[in-house]
Amino acid sequence: MRASRAGEFVVVQLVRAAGFSAIVFVVLILVFLAREGGPALLEVPLDTLLAGRWYPIEGYFGLPPLLGGTLVVTLGATAIAAPLGVLTAVYVAEVAPRWAREVLKPLIELLAGIPSVALGFIGILAFVPVIRTTLGLPTGLSALTGAILLGLIAIPTIVSVAEDAIDAVPRTYRDAALALGATEWQTIWRVTVPAARTGITTAIMLGVGRAIGETMAVMMVTGNAPVLPSGLQALFHPVRTMTATIAAEMGEVANGSTHYHALFLIGVVLFVITLVVNLVAASIVFRQRKRAERILS
Amino acid sequence: MVTMPNVRRHRLPWALVLAATLLAGCRGSLGAEGGPHAAGTTIQDQGSDTLVNLALAWAEAYHREHPEVTISVTGGGSGAGLAALVNGTTDIANASRPIKAEEVEQARAKGFTPQELVVARDAIAVIVNPGNPVDELTLVQIADIFSGRISNWREVGGEDRPIVRLSRETNSGTHVYFLEHVLRGGDKDNKTLFSTDTLLLPSSEGISAEIRQNPNAIGYDGLGYVTPDLKVLAVAEPGMPFILPSIQTVNDGTYPVARDLYMYTAGQPEGVLADYLRWILGPEAQALVASLGFVPVEP
Repeated sequence: MRASRAGEFVVVQLVRAAGFSAIVFVVLILVFLAREGGPALLEVPLDTLLAGRWYPIEGYFGLPPLLGGTLVVTLGATAIAAPLGVLTAVYVAEVAPRWAREVLKPLIELLAGIPSVALGFIGILAFVPVIRTTLGLPTGLSALTGAILLGLIAIPTIVSVAEDAIDAVPRTYRDAALALGATEWQTIWRVTVPAARTGITTAIMLGVGRAIGETMAVMMVTGNAPVLPSGLQALFHPVRTMTATIAAEMGEVANGSTHYHALFLIGVVLFVITLVVNLVAASIVFRQRKRAERILS
Repeated sequence: MVTMPNVRRHRLPWALVLAATLLAGCRGSLGAEGGPHAAGTTIQDQGSDTLVNLALAWAEAYHREHPEVTISVTGGGSGAGLAALVNGTTDIANASRPIKAEEVEQARAKGFTPQELVVARDAIAVIVNPGNPVDELTLVQIADIFSGRISNWREVGGEDRPIVRLSRETNSGTHVYFLEHVLRGGDKDNKTLFSTDTLLLPSSEGISAEIRQNPNAIGYDGLGYVTPDLKVLAVAEPGMPFILPSIQTVNDGTYPVARDLYMYTAGQPEGVLADYLRWILGPEAQALVASLGFVPVEP
């Protein structure tokens, strides 16, 4: 009895430590990023950091072009991946016959396993020339190409999570809707999908998070020109994302130089953006759960 | 009976999301310096992507002759190689530009002075799509194109097409050379920069792939990396004839965009390292230089 209680104590403590370790790691990462990136704020004047030019070997450390580049590519990717991903999830969960579902789900999860470098290669060889000729652009190395690739990368995440959420809607909801005379289509659009919207929102947010952090594929197809994006047409021009900048330049910088600190500052900015996306997703989930509880009680 | 909705059934396959970041930090391992009898000496050689193929060819040939010496070659850019030399993680730093004053400073702070060795020469070719009717450009026109003053091929005698400028990333020695010697014409006080819409591609292959299929594009790269399906432009200094890059035109000094390629060591090389560097300047290694499209140092 006593031995088993001691064993339980150890197990509980282990589980607790594992739970807290995640928080510890995040805090440690934040501290490290802040320590390495913070000095950039002191070494580089604020108006240089906020200027529209990034050319670090000559002391130009303007972040807006990189921030804008990430924004354009990520928004583009979301616009492609969110509708496609959610529709795919609805099809897989609600419409597809059993055998199609058995085939589709593993295939979509397999898509998530394709290394992004491989996707980048496909992008360079297949998408870049086609996008240039069909849209009549000066070059196919553009934000749009990056957005399409990132969309492909985000779709498996969105489908997987959204499908789970739709699947988790109680059978009784559908039965009730059908019993009231709703068609299958009406049941899906008016009952099942709205009931699962919390999970679907989370799915999209996770997909966006995946897209913001993606590096390799984006670096290969967006052209990496640090142009300050202006308006919608920026989607059809080359852009340089924050992740690609870190990846391309980190190998070369001297440890402790201003350029080194500036790259870590970009890391801090990326971290904050991801944090905000996650917080927004969490707050949506939280708010809607509270409402659901009110209705049910 | 009402079944409990099992809301949190299973989530994403998190194993997919878990990415293991392994930064392999290989220390330079010329452990047995000055000990030629030490079985299996490894020389670390890192740096310029321009030099990487040549360095690999040398390493393989040398290893065939001296099986006890293994030379491991990595690219990453001139800056990366010199940073590794300063940090003590490589024995040789390959560079396609001379070492900067601040890099010498950093090395001195670590207690050594980098030794420079010119191992080959390289012409930088200006390349366009084979469908582009333009055959030649002056250095001034090239500088104007890359700095953004010329944005249409019509202005330099071509078709009415926008110019898409391609460059290597800023950590490339080729980028720095091109900036200083072409865009700024070698003038230290000239602060001309690349046009912001210049595409910065992470590899030579990225540049070739884009130029191969895009008639709007112009780029530059080491002559050793230019494939036959790209068009090399003849270049002229002010008041001089247009010259195509070749071993001959680099050696007689008529092709204007050529530079030395370097290997740096931490202090005076000794033992196995010194033998290797001596061999590189010899006839056999320099024959490899020519076969890879670079220019040998001693004709």
